[in-house]
Amino acid sequence: MHTMNENVLLAIVLLPLVAAVVAGLFGRAIGRAGAHTITIAAVGVSCALSFYVLWQVTVAGVPAFDGPAYTWLVSDGVRMQVGFLVDRLTALMMAVVTFVSLCVHVYTIGYMAEDDGYQRFFSYISLFTFAMLMLVMSNNFMQLYFGWEAVGVVSYLLIGFWYKRPTAIFANLKAFLVNRVGDFGFVLGIAGVLYYVGSLDFSDAFAAAPALAQESFHIGQHAVPALALICICLFVGAMGKSAQMPLHVWLPDSMEGPTPISALIHAATMVTAGIFMVARMSPLFEHSEVALSFVLVIGATTALFMGLLGVVNNDIKRVVAYSTLSQLGYMTVALGASAYGAAIFHLMTHAFFKALLFLAAGSVIIGMHHEQDMRRMGGLAKYMPVTAVTCWIGALALVGTPFFSGFYSKDAIIEAVGESHRWGATYAYWCVLIGVFVTALYTFRMIFLTFHGPERFRNAAHAGHADGDAQEEPDTASDHGHHGEAPHETPLVVTGPLVALAIPSLIVGFFTAGPVLFGSYFQESIRVLEGNDVLGEIAREWHGPVAFALHGLMAPTFLLALGGAATAWLFFLRSPALADGVARRLAPLRTLLVNKYYFDWFNENVIAAGARLIGRGLWKGGDQAVIDGVVVDGSAAAFDRIAAASRFRLQSGYLYSYAFWMIIGLAALLGWFLIAG
Amino acid sequence: MITLGHMLTLSGVLFALAVAGIFINRKNVILLLMCIELLLLAANFNFIAFSRYLGDLDGQVFVFFVLTVAAAEAAIGLAILVVLFRQRGSINVEDLNEMKG
Repeated sequence: MHTMNENVLLAIVLLPLVAAVVAGLFGRAIGRAGAHTITIAAVGVSCALSFYVLWQVTVAGVPAFDGPAYTWLVSDGVRMQVGFLVDRLTALMMAVVTFVSLCVHVYTIGYMAEDDGYQRFFSYISLFTFAMLMLVMSNNFMQLYFGWEAVGVVSYLLIGFWYKRPTAIFANLKAFLVNRVGDFGFVLGIAGVLYYVGSLDFSDAFAAAPALAQESFHIGQHAVPALALICICLFVGAMGKSAQMPLHVWLPDSMEGPTPISALIHAATMVTAGIFMVARMSPLFEHSEVALSFVLVIGATTALFMGLLGVVNNDIKRVVAYSTLSQLGYMTVALGASAYGAAIFHLMTHAFFKALLFLAAGSVIIGMHHEQDMRRMGGLAKYMPVTAVTCWIGALALVGTPFFSGFYSKDAIIEAVGESHRWGATYAYWCVLIGVFVTALYTFRMIFLTFHGPERFRNAAHAGHADGDAQEEPDTASDHGHHGEAPHETPLVVTGPLVALAIPSLIVGFFTAGPVLFGSYFQESIRVLEGNDVLGEIAREWHGPVAFALHGLMAPTFLLALGGAATAWLFFLRSPALADGVARRLAPLRTLLVNKYYFDWFNENVIAAGARLIGRGLWKGGDQAVIDGVVVDGSAAAFDRIAAASRFRLQSGYLYSYAFWMIIGLAALLGWFLIAG
Repeated sequence: MITLGHMLTLSGVLFALAVAGIFINRKNVILLLMCIELLLLAANFNFIAFSRYLGDLDGQVFVFFVLTVAAAEAAIGLAILVVLFRQRGSINVEDLNEMKG
């Protein structure tokens, strides 16, 4: 096998689309079981083929595939086409996307068992898989943009999946609008590439990058480096999709959607599209120090300050969402420090352990009969052992415990930032370092409040729940019972994916850290300039995963994580009164955090209100007063007035008067004809 | 010697009289019809004058057509007049001012 088969690639992409169409349009005919069977089968085959492709590019040594599958149109020399670029970077993403998607598909059988929109949900998540694969496999900006927007649309549909809830509608509109801001930047970036390169293909753009770095773009008198402008515009798109400050506001609200999509879209795949895109564009970004510094500072700010928000939130899903924001910040920092490999590596490990945490949170929500407030949980480990153990694994991976997958990726990022000499690297280093403490604090706060400590749910009012039922539920998807007051372990379709995700969360880092981070895994898919190769610097001290982890036990990052965990234990398990005291002492800070730094307030009261004010001004002043009042109605009214005045003189209604004017007119025309003609 | 100029002058005078009759008359619709007949006569005069001047009989033949149409027009005009009178009980021009916007 020396080349990649184009039909295999097409099958990977198109199978989920076909399944989505069938489940969506014929959902009633094929029923619930039919819908989940066809979508899971399609995504399963797609997943198996993705792993086959991954095997091809890594083990079998098949060269990367780069070619068009279908040319849509050629206009003025610009080819717009559907094409695939499948190298090691893409193959890794494909494997992650389809694997997490498969787990989420299976999990959904349990989570959505009682929902009326069962088939619709399966159709959407399958459609999402298609869109995400289009995005990662694209070999040109056009298709990248298509995938980019398509995942946005599905995300919108899924956040508003429970479309009868006003909060869900608000959240999906918010996600859509905020993403519009980012996508506007993205489309400007693509336009910049097209303007300077004259082609939408990645290969052409990458080849032109060194020359492009010399060009400058003139805005009035000022010359701006063209490549920096393009890269920053593209990164604005990534900021929207990957929820970086200040465009992060939509992600916490997107938790209004069902939990499986929080895991699939808003943790593992779609939000990492921005990270993937920047890594894919590394040949462009590498030539612009300005853009990379921008990326670095934005990422560092997000990593630290979004993590802090997780400490004060009480909704279990939102805590995980803020954690996602923070971890996306870490990936962005890695991109900014030119450690693209570390960013993609963290993307992969994060996809596993964060999807795991979300699905575990969802499992807790099912077990608690759709209660999401952590203040009404506690002590659940006894009732939900599988969920608790898998969630612990996810948490340990998240905080970066040595030997867990998160440790390798996160430590690599922190060390890479430490090695970087780029403008803003010192600030970023301190942000990610403090971020480790914060991560441990909010993660263990969540774990302790949910699974340990007193059983607070006894006090919560759950009217209608009569008998206690703490036994393992039978493996029937349709009935996991909402009849027990005590929480219960969830069915196998829910715990199965948890276990399936817990395994890679544990071991994937240990086995892949060497080649992906420090080896030549990415080869030509990621380009790093000689002077920027921070991962190469660290690689010199790399003596295998065991040594790295043992070294990590001594490092300040581990001590910080330990400190965070200890603080969480002290405040939320040992003596909650102490936590209250500290909260009172730091009341202004707490107010700031509870109000999420007033971003929502600012957006609603300044940006949205300002836009409404402008809109109202244009409507009342511009449209109603000027256009309607003066131009349209005004001109008509003026004619009306002139006509009304002249009517009584000219239009008497008498025949003789009309005849007279006709004759006068005739005489005038004839006279003019005789004199002039 | 009666020249073309004399003929055209007579025709012009007739036309002017008819037009003036249409403008100035404010009393009777029958007078309007008569004035229109006079307009047609003035036009007929022109036909005959040029027919003679050019030595071509076509013009005089055309006059017969015009007279026929004029007769038909007078008949229709008088019929409308009768209907108008039945409707309004008046054929006074001053009362006929409905034709305005």
